[in-house]
Amino acid sequence: MLLIVCLGFLLSLAMLFISKIIKGKWAWLTTLIPLSTFLYFCSFLDDIANNQVIKITYNWIPTFKVDLSFMLDGLSLLFVLMISGIGTLVFWYTSSYLKGHEYLDRFYSYLGIFMSAMLGLVLSDNLITMFIFWELTSISSFFLIGFNNESESCRKSALLALGITGVGGLFLLAAAVILGQVTSTYTISEMLTMSNEIVMSSSYVFIVILVFLAAFTKSAQFPFHFWLPGAMQAPTPVSTYLHSATMVKAGIYLILRFSPILGETPLWNTTLITIGAITMLYSAIHMLFRTDLKAILAYSTICALGILTFLTGLGSYEALVAAMVFIVVHALYKASLFLITGIIDHETGTRDITKLSGLKNGLMPIAVVGFIAALISGGVIPTLGFVGKDLIYESTLHFKNNTWLLTGIAITTNVLLFYGGFLVGVKPFLGKKPEALPHLHMPSIRLWLPPMLMVSLGLILGFMPFLLGDSLIMPGAEILSRGESGLHLKLWHGFNNIFWLSTLTIVLGFILYLILKPSDRLKTSADKFEFLSPKSISGYVVTIFKITSKYWTMLFQNGYLRHYVATYVTFIIVLVGYLLLQDPVLRIDYNSLADLTVYEIVIIMIMLLSTLFTVFTPSRLAAVAAMGIIGFAFCLLYLFYSAPDLAMTQFSVDTLTVILFVLVLYRLPKYLKFSKNYLRVEHGILSAIFGGMITFLILKVISEPKNSEVSNFYAENSYVLAKGKNVVNVILVDFRGSDTLIEITVLIVAAIGVFGLLKLRLKARDKK
Amino acid sequence: MEILLAIMTGVLYAAGTYMILRRSIVKLIIGIILFGNGVNLLIFLLGRITKGNPPIIAPELKHFADIYADPIPQALILTSIVISFGLQAFAIILVKRAYKVLKTDDLDMLNTLDEDS
Repeated sequence: MLLIVCLGFLLSLAMLFISKIIKGKWAWLTTLIPLSTFLYFCSFLDDIANNQVIKITYNWIPTFKVDLSFMLDGLSLLFVLMISGIGTLVFWYTSSYLKGHEYLDRFYSYLGIFMSAMLGLVLSDNLITMFIFWELTSISSFFLIGFNNESESCRKSALLALGITGVGGLFLLAAAVILGQVTSTYTISEMLTMSNEIVMSSSYVFIVILVFLAAFTKSAQFPFHFWLPGAMQAPTPVSTYLHSATMVKAGIYLILRFSPILGETPLWNTTLITIGAITMLYSAIHMLFRTDLKAILAYSTICALGILTFLTGLGSYEALVAAMVFIVVHALYKASLFLITGIIDHETGTRDITKLSGLKNGLMPIAVVGFIAALISGGVIPTLGFVGKDLIYESTLHFKNNTWLLTGIAITTNVLLFYGGFLVGVKPFLGKKPEALPHLHMPSIRLWLPPMLMVSLGLILGFMPFLLGDSLIMPGAEILSRGESGLHLKLWHGFNNIFWLSTLTIVLGFILYLILKPSDRLKTSADKFEFLSPKSISGYVVTIFKITSKYWTMLFQNGYLRHYVATYVTFIIVLVGYLLLQDPVLRIDYNSLADLTVYEIVIIMIMLLSTLFTVFTPSRLAAVAAMGIIGFAFCLLYLFYSAPDLAMTQFSVDTLTVILFVLVLYRLPKYLKFSKNYLRVEHGILSAIFGGMITFLILKVISEPKNSEVSNFYAENSYVLAKGKNVVNVILVDFRGSDTLIEITVLIVAAIGVFGLLKLRLKARDKK
Repeated sequence: MEILLAIMTGVLYAAGTYMILRRSIVKLIIGIILFGNGVNLLIFLLGRITKGNPPIIAPELKHFADIYADPIPQALILTSIVISFGLQAFAIILVKRAYKVLKTDDLDMLNTLDEDS
């Protein structure tokens, strides 16, 4: 199973080597990958129908309880078949749709990554691996939306989608970690048995909110829905595959998967119903104001996702069955409508509904397919859409509170969905063909066969819903509803309330279709409220964030060296000063200190004076000379305090530095005061505090007893082990020999640098 | 005596910091040198001072018979002196080069890319 899941990854890897072939006429060969996946998973249909759950675990990081464990039950098989089935059609469709495109190979490798990630996501039994696949789908979606990377709006949409869904994924990770702490496992199937503990635990509220945030961002629920219309910038096969049929349903999958674990609490159900209802109505009404075919489909997709959230929120057995059936219904008709839109766009070069009509001349078979897709979308008998809509009404009618409010919302939404479906699937084909449109001829079979297959499936399943019901939906719903079973999908239930509601929906939808004509006027009037939409508001937040972070950065990173140094010094003063002030008393044992002698005091006075002179002299030569004096004073100090090696080194180095300085000096400009006076005072105070703090630090250290363990080791072993009597030298060349070697290397590098700089001849251009 | 030295270290640190905060590159280098001296003295003091007993074992002995100065700070400072010499030499030459190309000694003028200045 691991191999099958990873086929898509392998495809994208292989694309590196076979891109030449794929860009030619062999592009359709890639279809074999989703097709073989589809066939492989079809072989599990029997097992799943018998209520088996298949689990396969591959060890990955067992220490962290992260395993590649796959679980195949009704729900995941439903998704897997959708992913690979629609994947097959989309791969096939793309081979003609993007024929000869410069980056077709890239496109297929992104699609491959997406397919594998999506399969992994719905099959994962481990929350952490699920999170990884979850983010992989967001990333592949990013690349696919930004596929036309030369268009600015494409790049923006891609970033927006990645921003929303990527951040959403992080919420999933957080939820996984908290769940892992509560249950001490990351395995979803084990959590099923611990539902009570999770619901009773104190972090339950956090878990639910995090899971919701993850699901709502991925599945474009209000107020995070706005990335989805932008995602329609992607080529049509991508919109079909990722942004209507599969990826956006990952959020729904997540809440369905978790409903037996976290569900059946007021928090869970009420939130889902509310958010679902708002999303349904909001996007259904939005749909009325669109004129771009893909935009209409985008909003009706959001609407359908809202319905799914809503149904999951209802939480009853019927509602869960309804949700799963509706997932299939929606995938079938929405994918077909998208593919048809793609064909229209491909043939006429426009997707504007106000400019399209009469396409049946020349595209008759596609008009038929579009009509059937619209029927499925509208839930007209005898399609699978009818079965789906019946189940929706059944579950709202059987809900205990607010029955009529919920049913009313569902009816309104379905009426608008009916309208949307007809708008895309029927309207462009009817009427008289405008002169502006080119002469039409049937496109390649690769383009029209996939939507035809899908709508046929919608029809067949409408007549025989038990095919779908018994093999996939029932076993899945049984697990989700913790063991309830017994419902059988039927097309015809007789003339009951539900039938009349359904008929009412269709009639109202048809009336709406007849009276409401989409126009640009409607669109512009809706645009006036754009500044209030969640998309604009999030835009404002991003702008404010950018401005704030710019100021924040400039506060510390303004590009002036002294500013950085001043910041460091202040930071050190605060940090060390705070520690020192914890115990500000000095306890120095004055008897243990060395005696004061006259010559020492003289040396210190010389050093002090030359330091002050170095700082304040207006002459550079004097400053350098004074610095030299400090160095020589140091030699003497080292001599007094038993460090002859240091004295010698200091002497030679100091001499060399001064000579070097003087040699370079005559080339330099005048020694100027650049800084303003107040800045000098400010820096002076800062430096004085810093120096004072260092003095205090030293005194503090001196008042503590010294630990001589390491020194004693070297002193003891210097002769015994290394046969040297000058301990300092032995440490440098023997005990720490490799350090010294590296030090020499550093010096050599510096010497090469100096040599290079001296010898560098500038080009004429730089000399000016 | 240690107290005097501690004060001296503080003065060197303060002078070094002040010079590093100036705009002239030459002052910056002088600042770094002063600062480096201050650090050396700090390390030296942390090992305490011992007069007249360098860490050298007498020719006829295998171990120290008397007290001796701590060899570790000395080894560290020796390394530090040599390395900072490398740094200083490189910095000085770099300043010379930079001045030759850019005709300025002001750090704030080095903020832009050379093409513009």
